[in-house]
Amino acid sequence: MDTFIQQIINGLVLGSIYALVALGYTMVYGILGLINFAHGEVVMIGALTALTVIKLLANSDLPGTLVVLIGLLAAVPVCMALGFAIERIAYRPLRLAPRLAPLITAIGVSIVLQQLAMIFWGRNYHAFPPILPTSGRDIGGAHITDVQIVIVLLAVAIMAGLMLLVNRTRLGRAMRATAENPQIAGLMGVNINVIISATFLIGSALAAVAGTMVSANYAIAHYHMGFILGLKAFTAAVLGGIGNLPGAMLGGVLLGLIESLGAGYIGDLTGGFLGSHYQDVFAFFVLILVLVFRPSGLMGEKVAERA
Amino acid sequence: MITDRRKALMGMVLIGVALALLPFLVGKGLGNSWVRVLDFALLYVMLALGLNIVVGFAGLLDLGYIAFYAVGAYLYALLASPHFGLHWPVWAVLPLGALVAGLFGVLLGAPTLRLRGDYLAIVTLGFGEIVRIFINNLNAPVNITNGPQGISQIDPVRIAGVPLSKTLEVFGIGFPSVYLYYYLFLALTLLIVFVSIRLEDSRIGRAWVAIREDEIAAKACGIDTRNVKLLAFAMGATFGGVAGGLFAGFQEFVSPESFGLMESIMVLCMVVLGGMGHIPGVILGGLLLAILPEALRHGAVPMQQAAFGRVLLDPESLRMLLFGLALIAVMLYRPAGLWPEARRKREFLAEKAK
Amino acid sequence: MRFTAKTTSLAVASALIVFGCGKEAPPPPPPPKAEQPPAPPPKPTLTVKIGHSSPLTGPQAHLGKDNENGARLAIEEANAKKLGIGGAMVTFELLGEDDQADPKQGTTVAQKLIDAKVNGVVGHLNSGTTIPASKLYSDAGIPQISPSATNPKYTQQGFKTAFRVMANDEQQGKVLGDYATKQLAGKKIAIVDDRTAYGQGVADEFEKAAKAGGANIVAREFTNDKATDFAAILTKIKSKKPDLVMYGGMDAQAGPMAQQLKKLGVKSKMIFADGGCTTEFHKLAGDAAEGHYCSLPGYPLDKMPGGKVFMEKYKAKFNVDIQLYAPYAYDAANVMIDAMQRANSVEPAKYLAELPKTAFDGVTARITFDERGDVKDGAITLYQAKGGKWETLETVGGAAPAPAQPAAMGGMSGMTATPTAAAAPAVPAVAPAAAPTTPAEKK
Repeated sequence: MDTFIQQIINGLVLGSIYALVALGYTMVYGILGLINFAHGEVVMIGALTALTVIKLLANSDLPGTLVVLIGLLAAVPVCMALGFAIERIAYRPLRLAPRLAPLITAIGVSIVLQQLAMIFWGRNYHAFPPILPTSGRDIGGAHITDVQIVIVLLAVAIMAGLMLLVNRTRLGRAMRATAENPQIAGLMGVNINVIISATFLIGSALAAVAGTMVSANYAIAHYHMGFILGLKAFTAAVLGGIGNLPGAMLGGVLLGLIESLGAGYIGDLTGGFLGSHYQDVFAFFVLILVLVFRPSGLMGEKVAERA
Repeated sequence: MITDRRKALMGMVLIGVALALLPFLVGKGLGNSWVRVLDFALLYVMLALGLNIVVGFAGLLDLGYIAFYAVGAYLYALLASPHFGLHWPVWAVLPLGALVAGLFGVLLGAPTLRLRGDYLAIVTLGFGEIVRIFINNLNAPVNITNGPQGISQIDPVRIAGVPLSKTLEVFGIGFPSVYLYYYLFLALTLLIVFVSIRLEDSRIGRAWVAIREDEIAAKACGIDTRNVKLLAFAMGATFGGVAGGLFAGFQEFVSPESFGLMESIMVLCMVVLGGMGHIPGVILGGLLLAILPEALRHGAVPMQQAAFGRVLLDPESLRMLLFGLALIAVMLYRPAGLWPEARRKREFLAEKAK
Repeated sequence: MRFTAKTTSLAVASALIVFGCGKEAPPPPPPPKAEQPPAPPPKPTLTVKIGHSSPLTGPQAHLGKDNENGARLAIEEANAKKLGIGGAMVTFELLGEDDQADPKQGTTVAQKLIDAKVNGVVGHLNSGTTIPASKLYSDAGIPQISPSATNPKYTQQGFKTAFRVMANDEQQGKVLGDYATKQLAGKKIAIVDDRTAYGQGVADEFEKAAKAGGANIVAREFTNDKATDFAAILTKIKSKKPDLVMYGGMDAQAGPMAQQLKKLGVKSKMIFADGGCTTEFHKLAGDAAEGHYCSLPGYPLDKMPGGKVFMEKYKAKFNVDIQLYAPYAYDAANVMIDAMQRANSVEPAKYLAELPKTAFDGVTARITFDERGDVKDGAITLYQAKGGKWETLETVGGAAPAPAQPAAMGGMSGMTATPTAAAAPAVPAVAPAAAPTTPAEKK
């Protein structure tokens, strides 16, 4: 039983990480209807920037949590500037182009960011200095570290914050209007360029948070980490219904649970025929099933095709 | 009229002669490694043409196309290697590979018929990963694919008993292995081009374009969208299967790492950069993206040395960097591709005007 | 290699010898520059190209660069010594290529090196690129010494141009498995691999050996070479309470895995092969590294006469630490140069005949080849993590008296021509007689 609880916790933590990244994807998609394929790379830049600052301060007398916070605060503006630049250069000119065009530029941006990160930070893996408390809590024989608790809470808090922002503020109303119809929103006095830039700034700030937390949890960062993470988070966002904030959270947690329970139990259930090597297969398989029976994702609204 | 025909014929003969002599010119001028690059470029052209049917003609975004390539390659590897002790001839394996890949295409297409746009992209991406993961893991409990170790010592392609893996002497002219494969790949590429052109102008081709432009309108016009879409997936997959079989015979080794997501993206970029739905454009895209990285690799070091006196950037980083920048630049300045289809170009202009 | 019937090995071995001798005649000497007439006073100079291939981009780029640096160091040292081969003063030139760990790129790079008329190839790094490329080198008659491709298939294809200076997966997995069951008395063992050719190869051989040693494999789990989260599989492993956790894969996963094991409160120690046996592992695992076991083919660098010096030189020249396989790449390049010296020719066909007779004191081991081109009696050294370092436990196998004998030669820096030159006259005389008996000895 304690193994089962531990697997649930594992899934929850992993899922919250996916959700943190997926929220960024879904923000942008919700407003623009655009898959920001480069989001995973922004997460990577955030992780490496934070880690660089944290490494510099690791030997100082400051408490570990404060050091990580400073690292995070350093990563946020870097990622925001990056997100802003990506939108201006690679997406804005293509706003009226067919859908495939920004998808291709996004892939191009991913490659460029990865290479730049490699030139800047080198090819090696970077270790996270052991400055955070390794303490944790035991729940029914299972263990969860404080960092992991923070990740789960942070994911929920950020989701709630974003929902408040979108549903309760002026900026949020403008965002929803832009999402509904950019032309008419423009006519109503919404400066859609500002709104879209704001969306990217927020999404990129989230990426910085996600990157810092991921590298703190796994104690590792490298220039190649963004791609797979981005892919999984993207899957999570689609699973929950892309464009929908609680959907991203739900999709992330579901994906995390599927992966950890799948890896933990499928081997015994199938008598060793399938095993943890099919971990990614379960994730994609569930995704396909969900989309076949509910093409707009679990929580997505049925929207008219606009391809 | 007759002179026009004559001109066209003359042109075709000239192009034919040029294509036939190309490996000799390239091989003597630049070295056989460039002929090998050319061989791979032709494989990529086949893949790009296959994906063009799905993405370019029918407008279905497929990010897992490389799975069909993998299916073709592994089928060849399993049926013509010591792995199962089978040594089927190439004329039996290639069509079978095409058929099985086509079946996989239908398998992918059937559940995704209702999906469009981004959802289709992610599902096809998942499908591609699933195929790769299964290939990587099907070595236990029953060893089918030999897992991550890959399958080696695959039979080379033999034509009339002559293996293409050895230099062939004909009338005192030596044809190295890479030349022989070049001619084989060229022949099959031409066949695929021919099929593509015929498809484009057929009823089915027009139905695909109709679906791409407006699925609902197409349905209203009496097009059986389900079957036509499935056909697009199947046809595209078939080309991928053929290319995969050729790849296995050419390399004589296959392993799962050749069929990753990056490869799918590469092929997609070829189609999009060249010009979706436009066969000459897609061929251009395939050739460019397959050859350009090699050209950069050769050119980058000497150029930097001349300019700065030392190598500032690894040619490898530079190559990827330029590749990424090129993707962005082309999309920004020539969104319909480098060599767009006339109709497509009009559409893009119309959309801009909106 | 342990599984081959005696008779076939004998046949293969003698066939190899026949081929080995016959080989010198058939291929037309490619670059006529190799055979310069014995030199009049101003020695003619000769540039010899040696190819190197490894992934310089992608997730294994750091290992790729490391290999290239190792080979480069060997070549620059050889140049500094101004070797005379075949009456000409030889300058070596390293052509480093990027194969991106991709089999397709691997063959393109191989073709390119062949076109560039390299006289030999050090590489590739990965088995996945080495195997398809080996066919091209074999067809072109160009000797290839891989520093780090450990898939047994590489040398089992029957190519007489294929050599490697590192114990293959079978050899290493077996030693690890024996060690885990005997010395560490592991009864319940969990195995994880990363589903790469390398990780799976080692893990499978380990499993065989561990089962033969009486251990019970309580869990067989899998991850991949890009993963960072192992919580699910480690939780499952924890529930089986194993004595040892074997991991087949690289340091980038082994490090975080050790940390996550500790976080889950699992006390069992990990054991893994060369892929995780790096300084990087300590960086990535932090204080969770303590007590884990690993193995490296060859002898510990600091026990080898040239090892310490090699480490210092490497650090001084490239200003980075050795990642993993640089010493093997260094040895591979030196073995090649050594064979050229003994053959007194840089021509592939000529010195290829000398390669099987190699008896070279490298920085990783005394290198001799068996009939397939695998390093013979590959010694494998076991280490344990203590205080942020790998401490040597013991060296298994390796009958050759490597550490003792060259040790007598004292402070020799790196590879001088001396030991090999001294050994050279004896070798050709012994080789034909010795080779056929080798399989018998190994039985």
